[in-house]
Amino acid sequence: MGFLQQKQEATAALLDGISVPAGAVWITAIRDAAMARVIENGLPHRRDEYWKYTRPDTLTAQDVIPAAPFEHGEAPMFDDIDRLKVVFVDGIFDADQSDDLEGEGLTIECLSDIVNKDIHWAKELYGQLEANGQTPVQRPLAALNTALAEDGIIIRVTGQVSRPISFFYKHEDENSDAILHHVIKLEEGASLTLLENGPAAARFNKVLEVYVADKAAFNHVRAQGRDHERRAATHIFGRLGTESSFKSFTLTVNGVLTRNECVLELTGDDAIAHVAGACVGDGDFHHDDTVFVTHDAVACESRQVFKKVLRNGATGVFQGKILVKPGAQKTDGYQISQSLLLDEDSQFLAKPELEIYADDVACSHGSTSGAIDEDGLFYLRARGVPKDIATDLMTLAFLAEAVEEIENEALADCILTRLEGWLERRRG
Amino acid sequence: MTADARADEENNMLEIKGLKVKLEDEDKQILKGVDLTVGAGKVHAIMGPNGSGKSTLSYVLSGRDGYEVTEGSATLGGEDLLELEAEERAALGLFLAFQYPVEIPGVGNMTFLRTAVNAQRKARGEEEMSAADFLKVIRAKAKTLKIDADMLKRPVNVGFSGGEKKRNEILQMAMLEPKMCILDETDSGLDVDAMKLVSEGVNALRDAGRGFLVITHYQRLLDHIKPDVVHIMADGRIVKTGGPELALEVENNGYADILAEMA
Ligand SMILES: Nc1ncnc2c1ncn2[C@@H]1O[C@H](COP(=O)(O)OP(=O)(O)OP(=O)(O)O)[C@@H](O)[C@H]1O
Ligand SMILES: [Mg+2]
Repeated sequence: MGFLQQKQEATAALLDGISVPAGAVWITAIRDAAMARVIENGLPHRRDEYWKYTRPDTLTAQDVIPAAPFEHGEAPMFDDIDRLKVVFVDGIFDADQSDDLEGEGLTIECLSDIVNKDIHWAKELYGQLEANGQTPVQRPLAALNTALAEDGIIIRVTGQVSRPISFFYKHEDENSDAILHHVIKLEEGASLTLLENGPAAARFNKVLEVYVADKAAFNHVRAQGRDHERRAATHIFGRLGTESSFKSFTLTVNGVLTRNECVLELTGDDAIAHVAGACVGDGDFHHDDTVFVTHDAVACESRQVFKKVLRNGATGVFQGKILVKPGAQKTDGYQISQSLLLDEDSQFLAKPELEIYADDVACSHGSTSGAIDEDGLFYLRARGVPKDIATDLMTLAFLAEAVEEIENEALADCILTRLEGWLERRRG
Repeated sequence: MTADARADEENNMLEIKGLKVKLEDEDKQILKGVDLTVGAGKVHAIMGPNGSGKSTLSYVLSGRDGYEVTEGSATLGGEDLLELEAEERAALGLFLAFQYPVEIPGVGNMTFLRTAVNAQRKARGEEEMSAADFLKVIRAKAKTLKIDADMLKRPVNVGFSGGEKKRNEILQMAMLEPKMCILDETDSGLDVDAMKLVSEGVNALRDAGRGFLVITHYQRLLDHIKPDVVHIMADGRIVKTGGPELALEVENNGYADILAEMA
């Protein structure tokens, strides 16, 4: 039996008895098609090339490994930021804890409401970027999400919205297995900032599809929850129109397993896409950033900046690709992934890739992995800075390049404070 | 001698006795028995051929890893330096102006210096310096060293010219107000004017209490910073000690005569 057939059989067995949720005809068609993709391609297996560095079994298994919510006793991230708050508890929208779903320049609805409507603008868009993002590399967990998600937020932005929308994912039940699927459509010239934070569930499968029309701007800052045992597989799919911009930053602190995929297509000329991430892992921590940026228009710019600080046997993974399609001239593509290994037990596995089919492009990529600079450390200590503080100063400096990708200073400060806290708690 | 001066004398004295040092990872002896005492308020110069062990001595005194002291001792104000961590030696009042100042990307010069000043104060049980006070003091000191505000904001030594790096070392020294300053070839890479500035910076700190150990290849620096004592180091030992005239002799004749005399 071939590998694919094996996967198909295993997947069919796993999904036996599971059917797509009920809804209007259009959503059922979308969900059925997604489910067919899952069965046809099979769920990820550790022998899959794309899952070479990250074991998918706990993400695909029928049973969830319990994860206790982490009581850190601190105010949740972004609490001081004026925002429209949308709260989920263990992956279920909580209207009582959320603000009213309304705002100037936008409509905001729950997936669970729109799936029963026969007519809705999202009909043409829901699951489309996910489906499109299955080539050239398959992302079966995202297809599974499209097929099974019952909750999520559907936003259409028509104006320049200055007050951020924030998704706050609370985790209470240690056996929760959450699936959320969000769709955001920014119309021409519109702008929105989306914040996300919280651990969400013991196991979390999330898809975020973002359509950025011409001249529109999408900003995204997320902080993944600190629960030690939580597992998450997240996908961001973005499609960018002419002169549009998409900027996304993710902070990950703790979490036994995280796979963050980001799949962006630049389809209009002069578009800008920046994705950045900072993660700090201590001990039983596996963090995977898998990014795929496709340039399919002229004079677009893309940046990928990923920094990982790893200690006590933590593992970091980066798979990043820039694909420049024929005709995507004047592409400016940049990718850097770096890890700071605070001890010899930790590891960083990186696979940076460029695939270029146009001749007038400037693309660069780099990946490094190293220990803290001993000369720098001695220099600081020789000036009286104790070793632990000197190490922290240099660690923060290492992460700074990624955090600086956040344009909004108040948001960047939220992230820095969290990082400083993480370092401080680990001082002897 | 006043009582204060005598107290300084005891507090600030650097005493090195029979110091032998090898590399930790290699069977290579670099310092082969160094004896040197720098009294409070005194300026001692060390000259000597390349590779004779001058920088190694300065590193070993300031606590860099990678060396093994096989024999001898080094004390500052009676405290055993060799027992202390690098940061504890700094808090005790030892300062090394590096021959090659290190670039630290991402760490702002100002943040770094304020962290250092306050860490030292904290270690000594003194009150920390407020951000406002710190700013006032550093601005004034930077100005006298002709270091512009932009350089204070930039990451430590990153993209600084050779001379700027050396001036930054002196600024750090001025901010930290150590008891004992080791200057390792602070003059190399400095233009004539900068050399004057740096020397003035050193001379300004040269009050009764502070001792200096100035490592240099050139008499020129010693025209500005007048040494009390000049030592010649060769092959891991102090082979000759004299007055300022010894530096002139080296400048004129090189080391050949001195080394021949020793052989
Ligand atoms: N980490 C090391 N590994 C190998 N050799 C070393 C190391 N550190 C010092 N040495 C050697 O020890 C000797 C003394 O070096 P040191 O830097 O102390 O000389 P120096 O007197 O400062 O010379 P210069 O005048 O050129 O600055 C040299 O032969 C040098 O190569
Ligand atoms: Mg030297």
